[in-house]
Amino acid sequence: MRSAPERGPHLRFELARTGTRMNQHITASQEIADPTHAQPDASQDVVRLVDLKRRFGQTPAIDGISLTVRKGEILGIIGRSGAGKSTLIRCLNGLERPDSGEVFIEGREISRLGERDLQPLRRRIGMIFQHFNLLSAKTVEENVALPLKIEGRPKAERLARAAELLELVGLSEKAKAYPASLSGGQKQRVGIARALAARPALLLSDEATSALDPETTRSILTLLKDINRQLGLTILLITHEMEVIRSIADRVAVIDAGRIVEQGPVWSVFADPQSDITKSLLGAIRPQLPTELAARLLPASGAETILRVDVAGEAASGPLLSDLATSVPGAFRLVHGGIDYIQQQPVGTLFLSVPGSDASHLADVITFLKARQARVEVLGHVANPV
Amino acid sequence: MSPILFELLLRSIWETVLMTAASGLISLVFGLPLGLALISTERGGIAENLWVNRALAAIINGFRSVPFIILLVALIPLTRLIVGTSIGTWAAIVPLSIAATPYYARIAEVSLREVDHGLIEAARAMGGNRWTIIREVLVPEALPAIVAGFTVTLVTLIGASAMAGAIGAGGLGDLAIRYGYQRFETSVMVAVVIVLIILVCGIQWAGDRLVARLDRRG
Repeated sequence: MRSAPERGPHLRFELARTGTRMNQHITASQEIADPTHAQPDASQDVVRLVDLKRRFGQTPAIDGISLTVRKGEILGIIGRSGAGKSTLIRCLNGLERPDSGEVFIEGREISRLGERDLQPLRRRIGMIFQHFNLLSAKTVEENVALPLKIEGRPKAERLARAAELLELVGLSEKAKAYPASLSGGQKQRVGIARALAARPALLLSDEATSALDPETTRSILTLLKDINRQLGLTILLITHEMEVIRSIADRVAVIDAGRIVEQGPVWSVFADPQSDITKSLLGAIRPQLPTELAARLLPASGAETILRVDVAGEAASGPLLSDLATSVPGAFRLVHGGIDYIQQQPVGTLFLSVPGSDASHLADVITFLKARQARVEVLGHVANPV
Repeated sequence: MSPILFELLLRSIWETVLMTAASGLISLVFGLPLGLALISTERGGIAENLWVNRALAAIINGFRSVPFIILLVALIPLTRLIVGTSIGTWAAIVPLSIAATPYYARIAEVSLREVDHGLIEAARAMGGNRWTIIREVLVPEALPAIVAGFTVTLVTLIGASAMAGAIGAGGLGDLAIRYGYQRFETSVMVAVVIVLIILVCGIQWAGDRLVARLDRRG
């Protein structure tokens, strides 16, 4: 469902500079351009975690997490604060050591490597941070070039690469500025440029948009998505905001108390969340029964019955409500709801009010909706829904 | 003030400046690495080693707890070993440096600890080793504070160098005691105080300007 990467001007520059290696990289990502339907193939796994555990004192931060990140995809890990996300992402580049379990990066087990062996490996993994972590004493271009300086590249090459990346993130004119003079969004763009400097195979994003306002968040997420598409870069991001997952992730893993409680393609998890934690995290961005109506809900009976109808795919794109109206004679009302598009898949939640005087009418409505692959939940009854 | 006294004043200024500059430089050269060693070896540091950390802290505290006037006398054998004599300006530089180094090490330690841990983590995530972290992160990020702390150390050294007059080190303090106080030359006393005020203000001003120029945090 994802379109083939668009080859923008920046990408052509990339290809020209890096030659065949980059070409192969792009081809590989095109082959799995649709990661949600791609066949599992171990050789395409950039990251594979096997039963990872890490505890701090008596409290387990990660309690048996197994996970794969496929080449070219954006995997979002979401959970509340304290769920173990930060510890997890830090295990991937060895900033944090697991107590047990295995971490494979591009097929190589790294959790037992010493600091010295981890250093070259970390250059294959870019990382961006919630608070940007830019060096205040260095200019923007020096910050971007730092990973190359660490690699021991000559200065001319470092500056050329920095200029190229600053163009990619749209900050060329700020090359000589110091981070203190930049806005939050600009700082994160510099952070992204810096993370890409050493041409990593994987980008780790640690709450990269959590310190930004909604508008800036959107622009940073768009940039990350563009980079993912243009460069075929694999991205693993952790966040506590479902909106971030909704906007850019291909797959999502929900973690709670150090365990994965749910994972899958974003649209399917959104369409049919299984765990309470997922439902509650989704609450922020999905239609909810208006509070004034919810306050008046009666458990037993009332003049009208309120239904929550979750639809996805066919059910959401077809003329569901007009079909309902023609197939099941009798009144019903749309109280609240809407349809969203996630990974180009329609996913919606509708709240219907059905007159409850006739029990068989309500049963007919529910039967019809269920036949159309909708999930129906009777929320309660109200004397008067308006 | 007679021309002879004026000449004495000029010589004393030079001696004070020499003692302060030389021992200040030595304390910077040894104190900054000591400060780096302190924060690197502490728990969670980039080269955690608690035994080394405790040993360093004990040595630094030991030197810092001895009053300077006592250190001055106690170090006479060492001074003789290094300089060849225990009298004079150069001889005073030895105890001054040994007193100032642990003092500056603590100031540097505090400055370096102020560096945001996230920056160290970012450098590690880029594949940087300890040396990279020290060279690219810790020192440059703490530089304004390191310089500000060095200014404080220099001013403290000017005061301490006056005490070094006790071992015939010369300098402004010595001049003030011997001429201003013991010989009732009020003009010498006033001149010394004025020169000291100018020296301290000058160092502080220069230090503040340098800090302002180095500080890029907006």
